[in-house]
Formats: sequence, C-alpha cells, structure tokens
Amino acid sequence: MKFAIALFSPPHSPSSRRALRFSEALLSGGHDIIRIFFYQDGVYNASANIVMSQDECDLTNEWREFIKQHRLDGVVCIAAALRRGILDEQEVQRHNRPTSTPNLSEGWSLSGLGQFHEAAQQADRLICFGGH
Amino acid sequence: MARSMLIITRHSPWSGTSAREALDVVLAGGAFELPLGLLFLDDGVFQLISPQHPSSIQQKDLTANLQALSLFGIDELYASNRSLAERGIAADSLSLPVKIMQDDELTALIKRYDHVITI
Repeated sequence: MKFAIALFSPPHSPSSRRALRFSEALLSGGHDIIRIFFYQDGVYNASANIVMSQDECDLTNEWREFIKQHRLDGVVCIAAALRRGILDEQEVQRHNRPTSTPNLSEGWSLSGLGQFHEAAQQADRLICFGGH
Repeated sequence: MARSMLIITRHSPWSGTSAREALDVVLAGGAFELPLGLLFLDDGVFQLISPQHPSSIQQKDLTANLQALSLFGIDELYASNRSLAERGIAADSLSLPVKIMQDDELTALIKRYDHVITI
C-alpha cells in the first residue's frame, strides 16, 4: 500500500518519535512511503542544528539517516520552515542573511503545501502525526 | 476522481500560527480545485468572530484571509454548535457562511471525507 506521512510536531514530542517508528514499520512490512511532509513545528525535525545529549534519542539524526538510507522523498513546507528559522542555501541567499548558515538537514527539500496535497491525492493512506 | 479532505481547525487566531497554517492548507488545496471542507471546532470557532482587532497585539487580521475561501471555491464550511455555545458566540454573528453542525452531524461529516486532518 502507498502511504503519505505528515508530521506537525517538534522532535522532542512523542508524536515525532511515533511517526518515525510507524514509517520504519511501514517499510519493514513491504509498504511504500511516497512522501514524508513536515509542517508546522514538524519542520524542526529537519533542522541540522538540534543537539541532543549523548544518552538521549537523537530523532533529527534518525530521520536524516532514515530518509537517506531508503532514498525517501522528504519535503519540508517552505513557509512554515522560514518562520521557524529552517533555511537552505537558496533561502539564505534569497533573504540576504549573510551571517546565517543553511541548517536544513541533508536529504530534505523545501517546497510548498501543494506537495502535501499531491501526496494525499496519490497515496492510499495519509497518516498525520502531531496535529492537535 | 480527486480525494476529498476535511481540515479541522481547533485554535483561536491569536494563539500562535495554527489557525493561519490550517487556513494555508485549505487555500493551497483550493488552488488545485480539490474537494475540501473546513471545520471550525473548539477554540477554532474564535476565528469566526467579527470584527477582530489583531493590530492591538501586532498580529494580522485572519478574517481577510478567511474571505479568500470563497474566491478559491471552498464553500464547505462548518462550525460546531457545541463549540460556539460553550464560548457564548452567537451563530448569527459569524464572518463566514458556515453550516452549524450538531454533534451527531459532525460524526457523519467526518465520515464523509477521504482524508481528515486536524491542525
């Protein structure tokens, strides 16, 4: 079955951990993930600047590895990302922030909400995490 | 055939970005002419009060964005009667032509859509 995953909560929330574990279980079970879309505070999961203590679950790193390993389509809503300080190289240039370093994690791309709707149209199931 | 989506918005317009970001999902889907519905639930019904004076807390007026819904052809707009009543909001004072739904009607409404998301 084709799944689309949407995540709306930050990396320290239980929903974000559940979203990742659910996504891992999908692939283990032979399903496809056509897109993972981060929106609202979920965009923080794609930040390269989150630093966890060594003995704590490093979810942003796990997401990055998961996306990379399975070559998934990881999309971060650009409007939600910009207002939360998640920028890629292009946005650093566009908004003229010479002192900023791009902090969008490797493997993710910034794009619009149309990507969310497109995934919802194409998938057999849309599963959202962290909405409230 | 395009899949339908019901977006449930549960936050007041002054409590952060949730109301705005729920509306953005709706308007983005409207741009693709998708069959969408928008349900104002719980504190989300505060978005329907008119007039609002957000400039006094340095915020933008969401009411103007709500008026864009009809331009995008989104006319499946709903509000929970219980949510309105609990907050003392009169159904005839709202800034959008929403259908007022009783609890049992909400159950049927949610069941009718292919996708349901809460923001």
